[in-house]
Amino acid sequence: MNKTYYGKLIFEVSRKGRVGYSLPAKVGSHTLGEIDANLRRSSDLSLPEADEQTVVRHYTNMSNNNFGVDTGFYPLGSCTMKYNPKVNEAVAALPGFTALHPAQPVSTVQGALELYYDVQRTLSEIAGLSEFTLNPFAGAHGELTGLMVIRAYHQQRGDTARTKIIVPDSAHGTNPASAAVCGLQIVEVKSTADGTVDVEDLKPLLGPDIAGMMMTNPNTLGIFERKIPEIARLVHECGGLMYYDGANLNPMLGVCRPGDMGFDVMHINLHKTFSTPHGGGGPGSGPVGVRSGLESFLPQPRVVKSTDGTFELLADENSLGRISSFFGNYAIVLRAYAYLLTLGCEYFPLAGKLSVLNANYIKERLKPYFKLPIDGLCKHEFVFDGLRDEYAGGHDEPDHVTTLDVAKRLLDYGFHAPTIYFPLLFHEAMMIEPTETESKETLNSFIDVLIRIAEEAKADRSLLKTAPHDTPVRRLDDVKAVKDAKFIYKNL
Amino acid sequence: MSFRYFPHTDEDLKEMLRVVGVDSLDALYAEVPEELKLQRELDIPAAKSEVEVMAAAEALARRNKPLVCFAGAGAYDHFTPSVIPYLASRSEFSTSYTPYQAEISQGTLQYIFEYQSMMAELTGMDISNASMYDGSTATAEAMMMCVASAKKRRRVLISETVAPNVRQVVATYARFHGVELDTIAASEGVTDKNDLDAKLAAGDVAGVICQQPNCYGLIEDFSGFADACHNEKALFVLNTKAQALGVLKTPGEWGADIACGDAQTLGIPLCFGGPYIGYLCTKNALVRKMPGRLVGATTDADGRRCFVLTMQAREQHIRREKATSNICTAQGVMCLYVAAYLSLMGPEGLRKVCEHAYSGAHVLEEKLLATGKFEKVFARDYFNEFCLRYKGSVDALLAACAEQGYLAGVKAGDSDDLLLVAVTEKRTEEEMNRLCEIIKSL
Repeated sequence: MNKTYYGKLIFEVSRKGRVGYSLPAKVGSHTLGEIDANLRRSSDLSLPEADEQTVVRHYTNMSNNNFGVDTGFYPLGSCTMKYNPKVNEAVAALPGFTALHPAQPVSTVQGALELYYDVQRTLSEIAGLSEFTLNPFAGAHGELTGLMVIRAYHQQRGDTARTKIIVPDSAHGTNPASAAVCGLQIVEVKSTADGTVDVEDLKPLLGPDIAGMMMTNPNTLGIFERKIPEIARLVHECGGLMYYDGANLNPMLGVCRPGDMGFDVMHINLHKTFSTPHGGGGPGSGPVGVRSGLESFLPQPRVVKSTDGTFELLADENSLGRISSFFGNYAIVLRAYAYLLTLGCEYFPLAGKLSVLNANYIKERLKPYFKLPIDGLCKHEFVFDGLRDEYAGGHDEPDHVTTLDVAKRLLDYGFHAPTIYFPLLFHEAMMIEPTETESKETLNSFIDVLIRIAEEAKADRSLLKTAPHDTPVRRLDDVKAVKDAKFIYKNL
Repeated sequence: MSFRYFPHTDEDLKEMLRVVGVDSLDALYAEVPEELKLQRELDIPAAKSEVEVMAAAEALARRNKPLVCFAGAGAYDHFTPSVIPYLASRSEFSTSYTPYQAEISQGTLQYIFEYQSMMAELTGMDISNASMYDGSTATAEAMMMCVASAKKRRRVLISETVAPNVRQVVATYARFHGVELDTIAASEGVTDKNDLDAKLAAGDVAGVICQQPNCYGLIEDFSGFADACHNEKALFVLNTKAQALGVLKTPGEWGADIACGDAQTLGIPLCFGGPYIGYLCTKNALVRKMPGRLVGATTDADGRRCFVLTMQAREQHIRREKATSNICTAQGVMCLYVAAYLSLMGPEGLRKVCEHAYSGAHVLEEKLLATGKFEKVFARDYFNEFCLRYKGSVDALLAACAEQGYLAGVKAGDSDDLLLVAVTEKRTEEEMNRLCEIIKSL
């Protein structure tokens, strides 16, 4: 990362008369002037004008102010920022896939459909479920699709009173938001002191109006929900279905499967557990899996294997309908395919276990410096509740060091910050997920830096309060961005 | 156990397990009930080397047959300049997360700000969000914006001339979101204004959704649509193929409240349907109802202009079930595809590539009609996609052309005799002639 700020916008390096394109010969001599003037745009089109090298330098310089997994350690909790293998990219770039139109006759896309089917089968085995759709575009889109499956299942049985969904107070924000988009009312269930679902609080919520319950296991505190068999039994007894948020699937790989825990429907984030790049926030992919008996509710199109071994598209009448124009983010599925083949049956369990080892190692070494609200074994991630008071100062002190200050200071030392102020259960939450692809040396230097920051907090608080100091830009004015809102270049 | 993605040596393992206080990796799962554990190996293929992974993928790729593409219907075979995938594959962009830590994410934030600026400019709207998944889900989100903006109205009208897959996705969202979705009839291939007026008169409509060019490729005249909607307190939503915005009257000029659609036509390869990028633009007054991420300008502690994710009070991680949408991040790096594409093309290049597609489509239509196998269906002008009636089965035609390496188009709607054909700047006159020869020989 280049710590000198580039900061220019393409509009500012544009010069009238420059071009960055080439076009083949035009077929025919029709002109746009033939279109009825009333149907044509009359306003100017103010786009940048730049030659090819100017465009390349502009975006290259811009990229140098960005931090990625290839740049350094990215301990972002619940995001599973593992290494993104490069063979995945090579597979995704094969012209035999990239040149395919999604509406080609199925006889001409048998390889693409077989790959879709293979990924679907492999995910089903890893999850302990019956069938997956790869059409959802992202984790949140998968949640929405999965909840639609649950509602379609109840509706098909004529059970229309089930309009509520139970969501733990520690859940990812997308859980309640997806439920609301799906037309469900949210009922929140509390956590106990050890951070797991309070079964006694859950029991009175269950009834004939409950469509199901959303959970992630391990939960957002990185704690395994030991009572999951009992919770699943209670929800099933009341007629509801269990939804598994796959954001935290990584530590469970090959060890304990959502289907075996009692879940009926789940989504997987291919961009977390299955190593596809996050792309600065997409494109991702959020496949949805269901247990046996729910397959017919999956969205269209469904890719199925017929008895003669060819692949076809199925539109089942029970299907909840279409949730994407075509087959979802297919090129992301291509990357995940490469990863599935690469790890195979041998290395998936090891990926999960090493991610758990790395998380526990950081937790144990740093707990003398940070408040650890829930002690004991964590899974792939854990949550600190800020620096201990002897380093940060008490909350009553006006200049006490916050989690935000620690996060910003980490940037100066060349690390990405953890997820901060989530989950909402703790005021100074700092959620750390190292993943299995980081070495002991990397973890040690991260730990050493956090210990050094703790000492800095004691010695010179202003250093942390004004951090970062050694990044392309310094702390940003979030309030100004809202009050003096400017979302496009013309308004600058 | 050495494996190229895991750096742990046996010595590391021993030392780390000691620090954690357990004696084996399995002991890290001590609290997981034994009966929940998988007591066998996963039943999936064994690990493969990179050579074997590439061979497996290439074998599958060879089982596909890429065709000379005259199909559209939401996915167009436009040219992607080499610069774009080259830049987008820079790992500083591709391996980063959502730009929460703005101090080390200005690259992502800047290209999204550029993308937002360009999409607002193209659509003639005030603001754009930082992308949606695709054109159909962007339209579904626009529908939900309509009902969220109307106090109690739950009815939304969608034109019969909106593409079938977009209508299907919107209908799915409507079913579960509790929106009453009603169709506006078509007349001579375009939205029937009289039917729209009649349905608006009920006084319970939250929004109206139309598409430009429509599902037959026709350029519709939306004169009076926005006024009709606004007089009845409904929002007007216009779904437009992004490339056509370089030429056609903008949603802003038509008076639309929300502009949405797919921007795959701005430099994104076909790739069997994805990833593409949906866009959603609106007026300033609706910013708080808008779904998705939004990047804004601000300053840092040294007073330098820089960029940050903003207006997050709308979003799920703050507002949970009261959020405007469940969308958190959408298509990220695909914004860079669009921004880089439009930077290379500029206003002149975009206009020219539109003209190539327009001219080529009109030439091909003449050639196809000259085969004697087709007849014209609609009198109205189109952009780069047109619909003809085939004197035979379209399915049979498509299958026969595919045998010869050509994708002749797609079936329009459910009828077996309407063929929808699209032409981009990539299609040559030789390819058009060859397609006509194949069809003539059937």
